[in-house]
Amino acid sequence: MNSAVSVRELHVSYFGVEVVQGVSFAVEQGSMVGIIGPNGAGKSTMIKAMLGLIGKDKGDVLFYGKEVSEVRKKIAYVPQRSQIDWTFPITVMDTVLIGTYPSVGLFKFPKKKEKLWAMECLRKVGLEDFAKRQIGELSGGQQQRVFLARALAQKPELLLLDEPFVGIDVASEETIIHILKELQLQDKTIVVVHHDLSKANAYFDQLLLLNKELIKFGAVDEVLNREVMSKAYAHQLQFLEKAEVTA
Amino acid sequence: MEFLQAIGQYDFLQKALFTSVVVGIICGVIGSFIILRGMSLMGDAISHAVLPGVALSYAFGINFFLGAVATGVLTAIGIGYVSQNSRIKNDTAIGILFTSAFALGIIMITMLKSSTDLYHILFGNVLAVRPSDMWVTVGIGVIVIVTVYAFFKELLLTSFDPTIAAAYGLRNNLIHYLLMTLLTMVTVASLQTVGIVLVVAMLITPAATAYLLTDRLSVMIFLAASFGVISAIIGLYFSFTYNLASGATIVMVATGLFLLAFLFSKKHGVVWKSIRVRQKRAELSK
Repeated sequence: MNSAVSVRELHVSYFGVEVVQGVSFAVEQGSMVGIIGPNGAGKSTMIKAMLGLIGKDKGDVLFYGKEVSEVRKKIAYVPQRSQIDWTFPITVMDTVLIGTYPSVGLFKFPKKKEKLWAMECLRKVGLEDFAKRQIGELSGGQQQRVFLARALAQKPELLLLDEPFVGIDVASEETIIHILKELQLQDKTIVVVHHDLSKANAYFDQLLLLNKELIKFGAVDEVLNREVMSKAYAHQLQFLEKAEVTA
Repeated sequence: MEFLQAIGQYDFLQKALFTSVVVGIICGVIGSFIILRGMSLMGDAISHAVLPGVALSYAFGINFFLGAVATGVLTAIGIGYVSQNSRIKNDTAIGILFTSAFALGIIMITMLKSSTDLYHILFGNVLAVRPSDMWVTVGIGVIVIVTVYAFFKELLLTSFDPTIAAAYGLRNNLIHYLLMTLLTMVTVASLQTVGIVLVVAMLITPAATAYLLTDRLSVMIFLAASFGVISAIIGLYFSFTYNLASGATIVMVATGLFLLAFLFSKKHGVVWKSIRVRQKRAELSK
């Protein structure tokens, strides 16, 4: 039985500074996992290295027992909503249509079938009325929903989302969570980099606490307790104690 | 009218017109990607960097196209290498490499050939287009259009969202150098029409005009090519009628079109925007 994701002894560094140190874990198919940890804990870096977007120094990453290059079509990635050009001449509909590119293949163009499917995905995130808008004209929450629709258009088995709820409205956050839970019911696997600890227990089955090395991976209540959390946030705690001494 | 008659009469003018139209089209197509990727300065750099290649081709008696593409692509690679492997920023790397290539080219051309040739290379001399040059331009045109059509999805995605492109397994670098090669070829094709110094205007001005008028990439490319063609035809008319350098007149027409779009584009034009603001304020103050 292959796990949806299995990571073994993963090491990643930026110019010799190690950001991810010997992380190993396995995610079972159909589970919804939150990756949490303090700023600079290497959460985004780990996701990028798993997808082969940045180089790894050591370790194995397998998706459904295969290398990432063999299963890219099945994996949808929603990066942090940041480094794209919001004035690019592209409509919401054409952005979602990008999700069909991997299955359409080289030298071919999306046809009616793909366009209908993209529209369907746009309807799922509640933005069918915005299909012809330019992407930059939408609010942050709507943009994030468009990128989720693009991920859906890919018909993935596994979704990796990096901080999807940062800077978006409550309604969009609820829509996104609702869709993710629905996908989970269809036995899809979902991994979300997340920073808001208060909602972590409502959203996820399992949590992976990271602070350069893996602190704890397990059911939500095994991770969300003082003893475990203090290991990851130790630096912040030390800082607070020092501040109290000097005060 | 006189211009139309002259076109019917003179073979050289037909060739000039045909070549300029092809150049207008391919500059618009490639220019659209250049401005969307924020590489306008790169367009300027490559156009100047082909000069030593042209000189070398003269020296060895080969087609100037080969030498030009070689030094153009080499400079593009050099710029990428310097900016990725040092703290020197991209625009600085471009400034250093293209001026040095250009300077080297000027020295080589002056040593090898007369200054008249340098003048024509720098500012274009479309009325002296030879049949062989015309066919090289047409060949480049076909290659550029077929390549852009074939890789349209990949070009769109790597320009719009390189992270997702990489997640789909696309090699952003490969697409970048493909585009640089096409850019160099377009530059070489434009040498005789507008000259090295003004190629960048043909690349970015019609594309920028189109950018102000649409929110779809495919439409933008068609518009940019159309503006390139219109600029080429009207520019050539002025060049012929008033005996002016063709490059300069073509670029001035392109600039005129840009100004119109800048002022009157329905969505992004300065005039409509201020009218909309005033209407809204008048409405509220009632």
